[in-house]
Amino acid sequence: MPDLSINFAGIKAPNPFWLASGPPTNSGYQVMKAFDAGWGGAVWKTLGVPVINVSSRYGSINYRNTRMAGFTNIELITDRPLSDNLKEIEEVKKYFPNHAVIASLMVETKAEWHQIIKDSENAGVDGIELNFGCPHGMCERGMGSAVGQEPSVLKTIVEWVMEVAQVPVITKLTPNISHIVEPGLAAAKGGTDAISLINTIKSIVGIDLDTFVPYPVVGDKGTNGGYCGPAVKPIALEMLKELAKHPEIKHLPLSGIGGIETWRDAVEFILLGAGSLQVCTAAMHYGFGIVREMIAGLEQFMVEKNFETIEDFKGKALPNVTEWKHLDMNHKVIAQIDSSKCIGCELCYVACDDGAHQAIQLSETIGVRVPEVIEENCVGCNLCALVCPVEQCITMVDVTTNPTEVTWEEKTEAGKVPTTFDDDLAGGKHHYVPTVEDALKFRK
Amino acid sequence: MSEYKRPLSEAEFEKNFKQKKPLMNQTEAFYESSRCLFCYDAPCMNACPTAIDIPLFIKQINTGNVTGAAKTIFDANWLGNACGKVCPTGVLCEGACVYNLQDVPAIQIGRLQHYATEKVMREDIELFRAGEPNGRKVAVIGAGPAGIACACELRVMGYEVDIFEAKEKPSGLTVYGIAPYKITNEEALDEVEYLQKQLGFSIHYNHPISDEAALKDLENDYAAIFIGVGSGPTRSLLLKGEEKENVVGAVEWIEDLRMKHHELYVPERVVVIGGGNTAMDAASESARMGAKSVILAYRRDKERMGAYKFEYETAISAGVQSWFGIQPVEILGNGKVEGIRFVKTTDQNGRLEIIEGSEFDVPCDMVIKATGQAKLGGFLKQISGLELDSRNRIKVNSTTFQTTNPKYFAGGDAVNGGAEVVNACFDGKMAAKGIDLWLDSLL
Repeated sequence: MPDLSINFAGIKAPNPFWLASGPPTNSGYQVMKAFDAGWGGAVWKTLGVPVINVSSRYGSINYRNTRMAGFTNIELITDRPLSDNLKEIEEVKKYFPNHAVIASLMVETKAEWHQIIKDSENAGVDGIELNFGCPHGMCERGMGSAVGQEPSVLKTIVEWVMEVAQVPVITKLTPNISHIVEPGLAAAKGGTDAISLINTIKSIVGIDLDTFVPYPVVGDKGTNGGYCGPAVKPIALEMLKELAKHPEIKHLPLSGIGGIETWRDAVEFILLGAGSLQVCTAAMHYGFGIVREMIAGLEQFMVEKNFETIEDFKGKALPNVTEWKHLDMNHKVIAQIDSSKCIGCELCYVACDDGAHQAIQLSETIGVRVPEVIEENCVGCNLCALVCPVEQCITMVDVTTNPTEVTWEEKTEAGKVPTTFDDDLAGGKHHYVPTVEDALKFRK
Repeated sequence: MSEYKRPLSEAEFEKNFKQKKPLMNQTEAFYESSRCLFCYDAPCMNACPTAIDIPLFIKQINTGNVTGAAKTIFDANWLGNACGKVCPTGVLCEGACVYNLQDVPAIQIGRLQHYATEKVMREDIELFRAGEPNGRKVAVIGAGPAGIACACELRVMGYEVDIFEAKEKPSGLTVYGIAPYKITNEEALDEVEYLQKQLGFSIHYNHPISDEAALKDLENDYAAIFIGVGSGPTRSLLLKGEEKENVVGAVEWIEDLRMKHHELYVPERVVVIGGGNTAMDAASESARMGAKSVILAYRRDKERMGAYKFEYETAISAGVQSWFGIQPVEILGNGKVEGIRFVKTTDQNGRLEIIEGSEFDVPCDMVIKATGQAKLGGFLKQISGLELDSRNRIKVNSTTFQTTNPKYFAGGDAVNGGAEVVNACFDGKMAAKGIDLWLDSLL
């Protein structure tokens, strides 16, 4: 069996699956249940001066029959007294000495930071996480994302923390910023031991069409929330990659957060450099038991790929993420439709004809609904394969004829790229487009 | 009239006995698994006699970890593939699916289970290994579901296991007794072969254990013995004329059908006696074998039938006629069966009474008795100290499956009197744990 245990910036855990700071880590009761269910660690719901919350607090995007494809909240940090939280942290550590308990913290003044770090350490936490992320409520009071959006302030607070912290410090970043490297660099320069990302995305998840109030509805008003859940994963992966590849940040352990629900998501985050994984929405949706699928799947993946530890494949996808200008322009794939699997929905046809490159035609035989790929027109965009509802029916086949790689950068250097509006080198110059008359042939 | 043409080839047989739960393709498995809600304290799991973690394996299929899904299934149930096909899922896991409460079709759990386990079997993916040898030897009597499950579990713990099987094939009723539209012979046998290859228990075929001497040998050679002998032959009805040619027991006839397929000849007019699931199977199978007329005769009314409603409907949809409130009094015919004399009955608050003078004759060419199996009381009584209940079922401890003779453990039909394959799988697994516990306690 592969070894799932991790040592993240000095924080040890039996596996990389941690509960992210949020409603599931609001109490010792929940965290103990979670550890019992298999979670390797938990970042406690953010501690600070307790708040008063509103009702209601959550909203979601239901994509067709999929509930909570995206999720939002306007809940603030802990509304429980600090001493209650610390007492429960101490208890959890007594029962689960080998699991990671990390205190998420958010306060204002230097004195408060120093005090709450000392208190958390006394309670026995294995690490602390600085919450510079919440994009609702707390930011209006100069905390949360208000800090994360101001790299110089962020750096100063990290420095305050590093003056006193005895346990590893993770700085949690907000994605509500134009370039994640800026707060990432500020955290690194401030001396943080690790970075976690992403916190939630500032969002309005929907509007009640009868009352015109945004969700989640609080009386006759609403406010922007923090968006998370499966829908935000691609944004999180991109930002993780930015930090994992940055020469002045990549030495720091990175904890991946954002839409992790299955083992596949977990592996993706690890492949882009995450050394631990934080999950909130999936636990809120399915309960702590969801970790069974993640652990079993991660283990099976490692067995099949012959990886013994998480470190064996951490960051393995990073060398393969490059800039557009370094992509091979001679690589060519085209779509292939398996007529034995096709069910004749013709979604690929209409997607290609209306939404892409007019490279799929309907069959001319009456009664046959299997479309045909016009190979010379197919640019290999993937759209038909993406819309096809049948597994493995449309596949993209490699038809590269020139095996020599050539990139945009190289083409530019060789003077082989279009430079004028009607340049002969235009990539789509010989691409067949049906006539304007064809567009209107069914017009009544 | 029956809708089925008499099958004259294996292909025609397969057509008439088309699988009721065919293998899902990848697309179907993906969409179906996407529907699962991943319920907490899932009712499907609670309804499964082996408590398979159903939400987990469905999620695993959905996330592309099909091998992991199969592992989840086999971890709980050694015959996970067969059970996916033959379990009465409509009254177990699928019947408990919460979707039923909103009239949304239940998740097809059985077929998803089959999908995952079929993949690892077909690709011969190793999921299990025998444990380090612990120096202990256990004998298993009967290579049916209970015996196989017990053997697998023991092998994982490092036991050496010899299975003694009276017949020439393993799987017991899964191969010899279940309706062919539920599982094919190949599927049943492939699973045992798949398990045997990984776990390496020995099966001694055509090796019945039937007398005291054979039992004594086992007692001398093995640390413990598991009895998974199932039930006996069809019980006699003690009817006048029962010995006539073409009066057959359902269990024996179905075994013949499973082994001979289209080569078994079924005459034109068949009467099946009984109201249980085996009667439904025999009636449905007779119709699928091309009998022109199949009559299901049950002595009480429809509501009192022991059969599951879906099994009754399967028989009716195959063209079987059902007659209720009649009881056979005599088999008619000259050497060969030519008919049955029935008498009408009336149910007086559960007490069956015969209506005097209501006799009538039904002409037929074959009578299938599906009126229950005898227990192997005669054989079992040779084991010293082994207590049976009033219905000749072996008495066992309900958690360890140890019998009243401490060296013997038992499970499956011989204990429960006749239940599902999945119950036998559970018993066998639990008995293996019971054996281990008991042998440890002797140290």
